[in-house]
Amino acid sequence: MTSSLYSSQSADSTKGDACMSLQNVTISYGKFEAVKNVFMDIPRGRVTAFIGPSGCGKSTVLRGLNRMNDLIPGCKLKGRVVFDGHDLYDPKVDPVEVRRRIGMVFQKPNPFPKTIYENIAFGARINGFKGDMDELVERSLRKAAVWDECKDKLRESGFALSGGQQQRLCIARAIATEPEVILMDEPCSALDPISTLKIEETMHELKRSYTIIIVTHNMQQAVRVADQTAFFNAEAVEGGTGKVGYLVEFNDTERIFNAPGQQATQDYVSGRFG
Amino acid sequence: MLTDSSPAGSGPVNPNRNLAADAFTLRRRPPSEKLIDLGFRQLTLVLASFVAIVLLGIFLTVFQGAREAISSFGLSFLTTSSWDPVNEEYGAFIAIYGTLVTSILSLAIAIPLGVGTAIFITEDLIPSSLREAIGLMVELLAAIPSVVLGLWAIFVMEPAIRPALNLLHSLLGWTPFFNTVPQGPGMAPAILILVVMVLPIITAISRDALNQVPIELRQGAYGVGTTRWGAIFSVILPAAVSAITGGVMLALGRAMGETMAVTMIVGNALNFDLSLLAPGNTIAAMLANQFGEADGIQVSALMYAALILMLLTFAVNVVAQWLVRRLSLRY
Amino acid sequence: MANPSPITYDNTALFDRRPLHFDPGLRRNRLNLLFTSIAGIFAAIAVLPLVLVLFHVLMQGGRLISASLFTQLPPPPGLEGGGIGNAILGTVLVTLIASLIAIPVGVGGGIYLSEYSSRGWFAQFVSFGNDVLAGVPSIISGVFVYGIVVATRIFFDQSYSAMAGGIALSVLMLPTVIKTTDEGLKLVPQELRWGAYGVGASKFVTVTRITLPSAFTPIATGIVLSIARAAGETAPLIFTALFSPFWPEGVFNPIATMSVLIFNFAIMPYEAQNELAWAASFVLVMMILAANLLARWISRMAKV
Repeated sequence: MTSSLYSSQSADSTKGDACMSLQNVTISYGKFEAVKNVFMDIPRGRVTAFIGPSGCGKSTVLRGLNRMNDLIPGCKLKGRVVFDGHDLYDPKVDPVEVRRRIGMVFQKPNPFPKTIYENIAFGARINGFKGDMDELVERSLRKAAVWDECKDKLRESGFALSGGQQQRLCIARAIATEPEVILMDEPCSALDPISTLKIEETMHELKRSYTIIIVTHNMQQAVRVADQTAFFNAEAVEGGTGKVGYLVEFNDTERIFNAPGQQATQDYVSGRFG
Repeated sequence: MLTDSSPAGSGPVNPNRNLAADAFTLRRRPPSEKLIDLGFRQLTLVLASFVAIVLLGIFLTVFQGAREAISSFGLSFLTTSSWDPVNEEYGAFIAIYGTLVTSILSLAIAIPLGVGTAIFITEDLIPSSLREAIGLMVELLAAIPSVVLGLWAIFVMEPAIRPALNLLHSLLGWTPFFNTVPQGPGMAPAILILVVMVLPIITAISRDALNQVPIELRQGAYGVGTTRWGAIFSVILPAAVSAITGGVMLALGRAMGETMAVTMIVGNALNFDLSLLAPGNTIAAMLANQFGEADGIQVSALMYAALILMLLTFAVNVVAQWLVRRLSLRY
Repeated sequence: MANPSPITYDNTALFDRRPLHFDPGLRRNRLNLLFTSIAGIFAAIAVLPLVLVLFHVLMQGGRLISASLFTQLPPPPGLEGGGIGNAILGTVLVTLIASLIAIPVGVGGGIYLSEYSSRGWFAQFVSFGNDVLAGVPSIISGVFVYGIVVATRIFFDQSYSAMAGGIALSVLMLPTVIKTTDEGLKLVPQELRWGAYGVGASKFVTVTRITLPSAFTPIATGIVLSIARAAGETAPLIFTALFSPFWPEGVFNPIATMSVLIFNFAIMPYEAQNELAWAASFVLVMMILAANLLARWISRMAKV
């Protein structure tokens, strides 16, 4: 088997080969700071998991990576998010272009109110796809491991699928545009265990081609799918109204779960957390 | 605890078992309370039936009034255009034509304006305070009485747009639709004032429909890299389209039945003219103008016209309700 | 086809890949700007009529405001001066009659729909009928009341009367009052009703003491708005309440209202009458805007 450009890099990836680099990132909603002073280098061609208690800002950071937070009024990011040699928050950067290169799968399956075929073709078309659309649709659905369920009803509405199938359709939709990075925001939180397992298998397939960053509530899931894990925590600030999230530790998944460097990480991963 | 739950009215409570029960004189419901309960229920039932009674009453009254004209003129009432109280010959073609043309053309103008405005004030294109201000102004426009808009149309709008209508006449005068010189009241100013009246309905319903499109769907569209208008045209509008269509149908019903402003500006013509710049008539305007002074079979002919208007608006409203309801099942 | 093996292709060449920098000359960005401008222009056009109508009503009507406007009768055709005192009083009276009919009937009907009907065929019929009634053109309700009240001379052998006008307006108010009551009551959390039943309250007590008061705000807002709408209605009044150049003579005689006055005086060829039409528009619009602001204030008070 020939391996793709990305997977060949991922095979012997080193920490030096960062796909995305967060440099002193602070994200706030209005006056309220959601997450503070995050530094991290996310390696290329691997699966990186963000874990941590609710309200620690892990989803906020994830959405910050493809400027999805732009859609939330009052949301501001300070610091730099470097991707492909550019700061994504440079005023000269086009957020639409960013999202074409950094795709996203959301917490709730959100197929478009179109046919299954159009759900895939839509993204590819607006990204200027010049190849054979039928082939691309089939390939994307296969990669997302949902082809067998969909192949006989490509002309039916995306809502005709079950929740787990819808979510894999959304993954297929994301990979059809051939992004370099796929962000997944708790992609399995609304799904049953069997669908979850299928999506995790899909992720194992996908990391040959893509850099994947996943937010998860489920620590077992992080262990199963992630090469690297970042643990976020939240702490109350003096005089503040809410909690502020921060990055506690970022390392190989094995280290995080077996020999964490911080007491807070140890407490969280062993379930001894507040 | 279990023994305490003797059903109300099944016998006296044993005082040895529950001494505190003596303190409650109404442990068992007195018959009067049950009577009030039942009476109140029946009262609300009767009040609710009023809707059915009134609706039926309207239909029967108008139908009864129209029967004489229906038997005299039959269906040719719909296609003839003489309105002659002296010879007692009546045909409502001019009014029916005017009703349909003014309402449909006004919608053709108001739909893009209303939907565009709704997009402008829902899709985060401008600061939220400005969005709310525009929304408030459009809502207040809906509150201005029709007769005030009619007054404004006569004294302000019509003189102001006449140069534009003249220009239209000189450019397109060779078509039958613009071949008369604009001279005050007419179909064109009536259409414009109808635009003003249905615009708030279309805007309000489109705004609600767009706001109901789930945020996840928007994120999904932006997530595959659409631009803002790419998302609006290919995902958000298709998701909202049936509710918007329902709103458009409601607006159509309103435009067909709209009376005062149209009566004041449409010209109340008795002769048919294809030109939009010439005076025309609508069913509602005809009723408003003639009903008070009519007698004999003219009343019946007006009732017949009213019946047609009712059936038209009824059909349009039923379709509108169906569309609006169909959407609410979807999401 | 049957080979499920690793993904071995690289499609990137089939996509346009541009630098991340924003390029305003790009077709999609130019289109974006174009559509945003069009939507902005449409929104400007949509608010323009309100601005213009308010401006002219304030300018033309506002300058005529004086004490005599409220205390005098309109002048006979051709004469100057006078006021619209009878029409203001008439509008208040006719709207009051309409409210006295429509509010009890509408609130009662709304209570039935929300609290008693259990959504059977009758309730569905009523709520469908209500939607249809809401869509009936206002002139038709005038025709209806003309048919059953005016033509039959049902009230003391009087034909046109304030009463007939009030009934015609109440037909228009009824669907709005029913709908806001029904929807307002549906917003009341089910737990509140269960709580009342749980302490042994009867249905009557639950509805009148617990449910209805909790839904007061949306119902009151809807009722205020429907009264404002009724006060400006003209079409149902022109051949029910008719018009009168005199002060109101009881509810069983023809009566002047501001809306019919505007209609009648706008199409008269006399300057004095035209001016009174503008003055009446000013008073009417101010009353209606005040009612709208009151409704807004009521619903805002409840949110705090």
